[in-house]
Amino acid sequence: MTAVTDEVLTFDEAMAGFDPVLGFEVHVELNTRTKMFSSAANAFGDVPNTNVTEVDLGLPGVLPVVNGKAVEYAIKLGLALNCQIAETCGFARKNYFYPDTPKNFQTSQYDDPIAHDGWLDVELEDGTVFRVEIERAHMEEDAGKLTHVGGASGRIQDAAHSLVDYNRAGVPLIEIVTKPIAGVGERAPELARAYVTAVRDIVKNLGISDARMERGNVRCDANVSLMPKGTAAFGTRTETKNVNSTRAVAHAVTYEIQRQAAILKAGGSIVQETRHWHEDTRTTTSGRPKSDADDYRYFPEPDLVPIVTTPEWIEELRAQLPEPPAERRKRLKADWGFSDEEFRDVVNAGVLDEIADTIAAGATAAAARKWWMGEIARLANVEGKDIPELGVSPADVVEVEALIAEKTINDKIAKQVLGFVAAGEGSPRAIVEARSLAVVSDDGALTTAVQDAIAQNPGVVEKIRGGKLQAIGALIGPVMKATRGQADAGRVREIVMEQLGVTE
Amino acid sequence: MSETTETTETNDLIRLTALQMAERLRVGEITSVELTQAHLDRIAAVDGGERGVHAFLHVNADEALAVAAEVDAIRAAGGAEAEALHPLAGVPVAVKDNIVTIGQPTTAGSRMLEGWMSPYDATVVTKLRQARLPILGKTNLDEFAMGGSTEHSAFGNTRNPWDLDRIPGGSGGGSAAAVASFMAPLALGSDTGGSIRQPGAVTGTVGAKPTYGGVSRYGVIAMASSLDQIGPVARTVQDAAALQELLGGHDAKDSTSLTEPLEGLLTAARQHDVTGLRIGIVSELKGEGYQEGVLERFREAVTVLQDAGAEVIEVSCPHLKYALGAYYLIMPSEASSNLAKFDGVRYGNRVVPEEGGTIEQVMGATRAAGFGEEVKRRIILGTYALSAGYYDAYYGSAQKIRTLVQRDFDEAFSKVDVLISPTSPTTAFGLGEKIDDPLAMYLNDVATIPANLAGIPGISVPGGLAEGLPVGVQFLAPARGDAVMYRAAAALESRLEQAWGAQLWAQAPELDDTRSTQPVGVGTADRTAGGENR
Repeated sequence: MTAVTDEVLTFDEAMAGFDPVLGFEVHVELNTRTKMFSSAANAFGDVPNTNVTEVDLGLPGVLPVVNGKAVEYAIKLGLALNCQIAETCGFARKNYFYPDTPKNFQTSQYDDPIAHDGWLDVELEDGTVFRVEIERAHMEEDAGKLTHVGGASGRIQDAAHSLVDYNRAGVPLIEIVTKPIAGVGERAPELARAYVTAVRDIVKNLGISDARMERGNVRCDANVSLMPKGTAAFGTRTETKNVNSTRAVAHAVTYEIQRQAAILKAGGSIVQETRHWHEDTRTTTSGRPKSDADDYRYFPEPDLVPIVTTPEWIEELRAQLPEPPAERRKRLKADWGFSDEEFRDVVNAGVLDEIADTIAAGATAAAARKWWMGEIARLANVEGKDIPELGVSPADVVEVEALIAEKTINDKIAKQVLGFVAAGEGSPRAIVEARSLAVVSDDGALTTAVQDAIAQNPGVVEKIRGGKLQAIGALIGPVMKATRGQADAGRVREIVMEQLGVTE
Repeated sequence: MSETTETTETNDLIRLTALQMAERLRVGEITSVELTQAHLDRIAAVDGGERGVHAFLHVNADEALAVAAEVDAIRAAGGAEAEALHPLAGVPVAVKDNIVTIGQPTTAGSRMLEGWMSPYDATVVTKLRQARLPILGKTNLDEFAMGGSTEHSAFGNTRNPWDLDRIPGGSGGGSAAAVASFMAPLALGSDTGGSIRQPGAVTGTVGAKPTYGGVSRYGVIAMASSLDQIGPVARTVQDAAALQELLGGHDAKDSTSLTEPLEGLLTAARQHDVTGLRIGIVSELKGEGYQEGVLERFREAVTVLQDAGAEVIEVSCPHLKYALGAYYLIMPSEASSNLAKFDGVRYGNRVVPEEGGTIEQVMGATRAAGFGEEVKRRIILGTYALSAGYYDAYYGSAQKIRTLVQRDFDEAFSKVDVLISPTSPTTAFGLGEKIDDPLAMYLNDVATIPANLAGIPGISVPGGLAEGLPVGVQFLAPARGDAVMYRAAAALESRLEQAWGAQLWAQAPELDDTRSTQPVGVGTADRTAGGENR
């Protein structure tokens, strides 16, 4: 890794002198059963080079066939992004030699994307809505995965040898390209994160992608350029490739703004290039120079025929679209009666779906929020995981609520139970049984414990008999201790009063 | 065994048409094993050696005989399975070596793929297997089907059976020569700019390029995807029609294949009647650059058709004069991209520079060593034509010409049912004569290329001889008009054969047995001596 560290300004210094212009290219891997142009399985994590047919290896004589499902998904995404859907469109060949590309050309849409001219309203953390214009969304195929063995840089140039897995070659992709985004100012990093999150949520909501960024299902290239404050001509941009978490997109944008500002402030100029993102240092380094004159010798793919989208088909697909995430949020907030702040916290914690599912399974909105934003969020924080990854399901939460309602456990034990669920010990009910966590509701055992407490605390007993009922608490403590917290405090109080013959 | 009788019988057998062979198989007069063996014997006799035809790059006797034996067993058993046999079952066939086959090498005539075995069958090969036609072997071609003489094969040229010092046409010289010399009654070809029809013309055989999309291209090593089409090579129009019917139909693996099959081809080829058929002579395809003998045979053909009741008019397709230029931009453009996959990374030969090298250097060395001069020429031409800044002037303009050529044909076919022209401007030229003159070689395709640009069907049928060498007559028909094309071609064929008193091939010279080593026995010494005299 290069040891050169670029000069940077602080973010505030950068913002004082410059206005950022952003642009994003987000690649979404579709979760179709088969690949874009072949019948090979589209599956992640299988043994390398097992999900391949002769088409995916680019063997002599093969021809591509367009995956109709991928086209359907592309139209759905185009509609969800408020795009125009092309009446006819086609594929082109992007010619370049690289060993992850079996045919030495990528089959991609070029000058006639299936969806174009749309927009997406992105909600920032404080509820501000920012409209991002979408230039196009087009279909293409993924390349294979190269692993470079040996060498210092991890790149192909000095590798001892390179391994290639063509399982990913031909996986259907949709690339969503924004128009230049100006006027966002210091909220650029926030917008970057919110935009990518919004796209991820949309494709997840549409069910067209597994939308797992850590697996590369959603990958973002972030374009950043700066204009001196008060000017309107776009500066030279850089493209930071493969920024693969929503958080990292914000960091990458922040870093590029700071780096470019330092160069420009010192009178330098920005090199138009691709840059590599480094998660560990939260910096970018120079990749290869990129110019608009990169010659891929595009020409229409002669092995495929044009795709024709009839208005009937488009309307049929539009009717299948699920409620858009933004509208759904509005509806849920009203249904649940959460305050603005409560609801924003839920959204930012990423547990909207979990809470919705918990409520749908029978819990009250307040209870669902209490558990997900309380104990479960705390456990996730301790584990350093995102809440949805913790392993606690909405059904678990509903079961915990049921156990409380039937007085099998109390709130305190419920928290322990959730910890055990997260640890993978099974369902709440099974855990309560296996670990004997049920509250002691056997009056005989409780009475014995109360009698012990009475015998050992004559002073307290005196006070109670004297009418100081609040002193009962001093007897409940020892009883709880004797039953290891599993006693129902209300019942203990009743037994104490019976034993001492006092009433309220 | 009685050698003389058997040889005569064998000679008779291999000179039958494919449909005659099929009929004899059906009635049980001969077996497929006998028929297949007769062709294998013929291959052994005339294909090898220094003066052999060299039509085959690979012969697979065992596989062919095994399929033949299966067909014989099914016929012998009778019943539903025998009834269900394809009419051509048991009739052997040869396959051009740019069509991939499991179990036999596929080289496309290139060092790049020397020794490569395809793990899958082309759709047309699957169809041959399903119909149980024994596949004799793979035939020679110009490297990646780029050429008009089969001299660009990396594995040596093929000779024309009519004159062994002349070219058999190209790129499908192997298939045409195999059929012309009775080594196979049927063969598969691929036609991007005339590679089925021009070899047909110069070897006195029938070669048809179906409507684009009529036959699946899946498993055919692409030269120019928008121009390539697979078709039949045969000795008669009916045989060609029967084979095209077998090969054709929609293929889900080829997005450009027609959804509806082209039907009634054999029926049309049996019709022989052209009364009232409107035939157009293309003004632009018969003038300058055409050999006089070729034009004479062409004029005779027109007269014969007129006499048979066809209505002949002259039509003009003014943009055909730009067709060759457009073709030599579109074809290399597509080829440059189609051939990019041959880089030594995944299959085929890999050449590593002595000093080792980067991935780019290995790819470069592989392609430098693996491709021949003509292939490199076209890759460079195509890469240039697609380059930023040149695309509009070259590829873009060529596509416009292509549209104009299509319009010319649309206009012509509003007036006539079929068009007629000479297939090739000349008869077979001498081996080596044009090898260093690519432009002269390209001009050979001037009459065949327009059909590929327009996607329309074309067929070449023997029109007689000029100075002892075959001349081809070409019919063109509108897209999906393959049936009317076969009808016109068959009408000409039957009337010319009536005039000649026999099929044209009856006039073909006998080929010598070129086997340099013979089994011990009578005549071995003589043959060996003969071999030394070559």
